[in-house]
Amino acid sequence: MSRIRERFDALRRAGRKGFIPYLTAGDPDPETTVRLIRELEASGADLVELGVPFSDPIADGPIIQRASERALRRGTRLRDCLDIVAEVRRHSSIPIVLFSYLNPLLQFGLERLAAEMTSVGVDGVLATDLVPEEAEDFCRLMRARGIETIFLVAPTSPDRRIAEIVRAASGFIYVVSRTGVTGTREHLSEAMRPTVERVRRYTDLPVAVGFGISRPEHVRETWRYADAAVVGSALVQEIERRLGRPDLVARVGRFARWLKSGEGDIAD
Amino acid sequence: MSTIVSLPDARGHFGPYGGRFVPETLMYPLEELTAAYLAAREDPEFQRELRELLRTYVGRPTPLFFARRLTAHLGGAKVYLKREDLCHTGAHKINNALGQALLAKRMGKTRVIAETGAGQHGVATATACALLGLQCVIYMGTEDMRRQALNVFRMELLGAEVRGVEAGSRTLKDAISEALRDWVTHVETTHYLLGSVLGPHPYPMIVRDFQSLIGRETRQQILESEGRLPDVLVACVGGGSNAIGLFYEFLAEPGVRLIGVEAGGCGGALGQHAARFAGGRPGVLHGTYTYVLQDEDGQIALTHSVAAGLDYAAVGPEHAYWRDQGRIEYVSVSDQEALEAFQLLARVEGILPALESAHALAYVCRLAPAMHPDQILIVNLSGRGDKDVQTVAEQLARERAERGAARP
Repeated sequence: MSRIRERFDALRRAGRKGFIPYLTAGDPDPETTVRLIRELEASGADLVELGVPFSDPIADGPIIQRASERALRRGTRLRDCLDIVAEVRRHSSIPIVLFSYLNPLLQFGLERLAAEMTSVGVDGVLATDLVPEEAEDFCRLMRARGIETIFLVAPTSPDRRIAEIVRAASGFIYVVSRTGVTGTREHLSEAMRPTVERVRRYTDLPVAVGFGISRPEHVRETWRYADAAVVGSALVQEIERRLGRPDLVARVGRFARWLKSGEGDIAD
Repeated sequence: MSTIVSLPDARGHFGPYGGRFVPETLMYPLEELTAAYLAAREDPEFQRELRELLRTYVGRPTPLFFARRLTAHLGGAKVYLKREDLCHTGAHKINNALGQALLAKRMGKTRVIAETGAGQHGVATATACALLGLQCVIYMGTEDMRRQALNVFRMELLGAEVRGVEAGSRTLKDAISEALRDWVTHVETTHYLLGSVLGPHPYPMIVRDFQSLIGRETRQQILESEGRLPDVLVACVGGGSNAIGLFYEFLAEPGVRLIGVEAGGCGGALGQHAARFAGGRPGVLHGTYTYVLQDEDGQIALTHSVAAGLDYAAVGPEHAYWRDQGRIEYVSVSDQEALEAFQLLARVEGILPALESAHALAYVCRLAPAMHPDQILIVNLSGRGDKDVQTVAEQLARERAERGAARP
């Protein structure tokens, strides 16, 4: 059984919900990303989404766009993302999902990528701009190596599409809480709950929700309906605010604990 | 012919190319757009309304002009110019902009967004929106806004809001990314009016269909004036809408050579040109699988061309297909050659071509002299060059300064 399924099963048995932070690999550099993942694990992360930087991130708002630019300026490539996971795996068994745009994966070679992901210990992959219609080879090659293939469901997805998506998906379903790009928001979208409920009608796979989840109350609200909450831009923004500071890793850990528990002081 | 009319397939593939590589949020809107377009295509009332606007507002059919002095100057094949530069707003872009704006209205959308490189598609979209009473937002890289300041002002005069894009190379690629981000956020009310045969299905099909009247008119016109089909058709290829618009009608005519001209820029290294078929390989950019200029890791490369409308890292997926099939040939010409062709056409025919179209002309300058005087060559003069006068003046001044400095 994959680490992802084990983790969701353990959460379910314990009657708990999952907390999934997103980081852009190599922001601000690969060594810090390794330290951040370990800190996030210590701060209660149940799974980590590791973003592969891409030059043209069409689904991302300004915060993650800037993180991608910082990582690319340092020369972080898919190979480095895999090396980051290899380094984390020396000490940790936290489930890790690569979160990428399709083109860097394609150019690496899907078969080679699946083999490398297995060997370094990546558990799943989500390509933002890959939908099931175009993912037949992708799913076959990833599944052959035991890599979970995670797909997005959006508020605009009709039931017919949801049925198709859950057939291609494994590990968990990632529900996009709103139409739009990634970014921090004041309020959660009202589209979240009905979308999660529609997904539940088609699958028993765990459901994680992301896009716009920026505050502890958003996390708790998401947990009422879904199995896990994904926090990306809010966390990446915290990294951006602490760039160049020696306590960056510790502050991001503190921010993650605040998001998860609503407790603690995140002021400067 | 049957293999041609059946492309793309139901999921938008041209052989291995095309398709839909977008975030899930956009899939249903793309399905809706496809259904609405296919219904409109079969609706005589929609077609009648579009035809009437193309005739009375755009000024179609555009002339097919025999370039007598250019032909004499080049000393080979007879050169004809398909005068898309005479369309209202000065380029072929209006053919597609009007078609899609009518479609947006039919779908009940109140807001239209578009990307623009040279500004021609932005102006065409702003124009169509003014005509049909639609709200209009144009995304444009700030580098392109600098190069095409006149077109920025034209769009604003037409009531559009022009939003500068600061990301990346600040050119067309970044404008498309930003337009996609807007669309994914406002998809309920907004139609994304894509300007070339790029992006996810159904755009490459829709834009091709709206532009294919260029080739249909050309066939009729050349049969009237010469009594036979041409030997060669030449068009510049950025995304490739003017080229596919001219070529589509002739794909099933094996006797007609089809040549697409890419931007060779100022050198062969990655980043110095926009010749996707010379320096690119298949990959995914902006929703479609096609030839893309990229580095080893799949990061999209920066591109360069003196012509903003050709300055893009990917080419339309249908072009990738016909290139693999060997049906359309692709070549490239340099900034320098395009600038020379620009000046030549001005002097011998009294026509300022767009720098994009000047790329096609530059290749004609190479090809025509090697052809027989009985042969016929048609070049798509896809846009007019008024917008480029400032750029050309700067380039020529730079050349003069360099020549002066090199003199002993």
